[in-house]
Amino acid sequence: MSITIRIPAQLRTLTGGEGEVPASGSTVAEVLKDLDSSHPGFSDRLFDDTGALRRFVNIFLTDEDVRFLQGLDTPVTEGQTLSIVPAVAGG
Amino acid sequence: MDYVTGLRCRECARPYPAEALHVCDYCFGPLEVVYDYDHLRADLTREAIAAGPSTIWRYAPLLPVVDPAPIDLGTGCTPLVRADRLAAELGLGELWIKNDTANPTGSFKDRVVSVALTKARQLGFKVAACASTGNLANSVAAHAARAGMTSVVFIPHDLEVAKVTATAVYGGNVVAVEGTYDDVNRLCAELASEHPAWAFVNVNIRTYYAEGSKTLAFEVAEQLGWRAPDHVVVPVASGSQLVKVAKGFRELYDVGLLDDEPHVRVSGAQAAGCSPVATAFAEKTDAIRPVKPSTIAKSLAIGNPADGYYALKTVRDSGGAFASVTDDEIIDGIKLLARTEGIFAETAGGVTIATLAKLAAAGIVRSDERVVAYVTGHGLKTVEALTATVGPTTTIAPTMEAFASAVELDPDLDRPDFNRRDP
Repeated sequence: MSITIRIPAQLRTLTGGEGEVPASGSTVAEVLKDLDSSHPGFSDRLFDDTGALRRFVNIFLTDEDVRFLQGLDTPVTEGQTLSIVPAVAGG
Repeated sequence: MDYVTGLRCRECARPYPAEALHVCDYCFGPLEVVYDYDHLRADLTREAIAAGPSTIWRYAPLLPVVDPAPIDLGTGCTPLVRADRLAAELGLGELWIKNDTANPTGSFKDRVVSVALTKARQLGFKVAACASTGNLANSVAAHAARAGMTSVVFIPHDLEVAKVTATAVYGGNVVAVEGTYDDVNRLCAELASEHPAWAFVNVNIRTYYAEGSKTLAFEVAEQLGWRAPDHVVVPVASGSQLVKVAKGFRELYDVGLLDDEPHVRVSGAQAAGCSPVATAFAEKTDAIRPVKPSTIAKSLAIGNPADGYYALKTVRDSGGAFASVTDDEIIDGIKLLARTEGIFAETAGGVTIATLAKLAAAGIVRSDERVVAYVTGHGLKTVEALTATVGPTTTIAPTMEAFASAVELDPDLDRPDFNRRDP
């Protein structure tokens, strides 16, 4: 599956300034792994030492938080958009 | 004088300059303002603060922006009210209500927005933006109008009428988003990457914005005669306010304005329909599972609270607790506060009072403690929540006879006893 990944400003140093890059895989985890092979450094930023998503990293698949889906095992389909978004406080 | 020396990641401690940055580039942890506490300790006095303006800006050295003319509508120095009648109902002793409904746009958000937009203007921003559950939108629109800035505020489409009207009236741009607050928040976090020239107060300016909530602690301590309370009850949405209230008391001691080291127990209040942090507390875990909110306390309806982890830690470390309350309990809390103390709170205030009642009944908030409950938004913002349960005592024709038939007067007390018809 080929999908689009939206990159937050904080991580665009890893994509040469690009806000959107393509990646492929059949699950969220595979897509993020592919992202790290085409743009090395992402895994370090997104995952902690245990391989879990860092506390302040949110991943949205087609605008839904993957924690409401199947987490990193959530399957992806052709043409979907995955967003990496830092947690922000609100009110 | 500027006492800010820079920013620092709260997670990994990497240093950053004091610019429009809010998350660590490396680990995405939130950035914190770093102050020169040694110089603050040498320079700050109670007398200098007392001689300052009757606004949050009397604490300017402890805020993250220096500006002789901040963007201010007259925020802060709200009443701290001794609440003996409420205390008696709850079996408590020394109870105070921090009545933050008295701010210019009716909520504590004026504190954070005044700080955030003053800093944003200094950084060169011309556009003020935010993701809001309503109160923040009110405040950003009003402060932007005052400063002559353009505003773009994003809100969930199903907010209370008063919150939408009290935002739109200022003439800025109001974008109603078909989704929950968490959807709005995610959208704004992504938009902030595409519109770096916009000051999203709770996204790219959040580091400064959040510091404004410390003034909720500063004022309470000053109003108590430069003493900290023993226990505070604070509503929790993102968790930021609770964390900053705790930080505020600690900071006052660190700069020498409190004689005694504060040991403030901090308890958090959530609505049962959106209680991810209270749930994690009850389950004794650090993992906060996001939820889809369903509660009348829309200003607290954040299902994925960014500062929830820190709020949880603050409450645990302080010996406080969390509780969550149902919509019915929220309504009862609003009515209880109104009936006993003459303060009309929005639904979030109902959450605080109902949680206070629950924690008092459980013996967690104790009668030997000096307790402060933070009521942070005005009831006129959320009247919809009450229209089904409060209304006229009776409705009569404009005649003496009609009045006489609707009321029985106690001849000894001259108090009316109406034949009550609840709607």
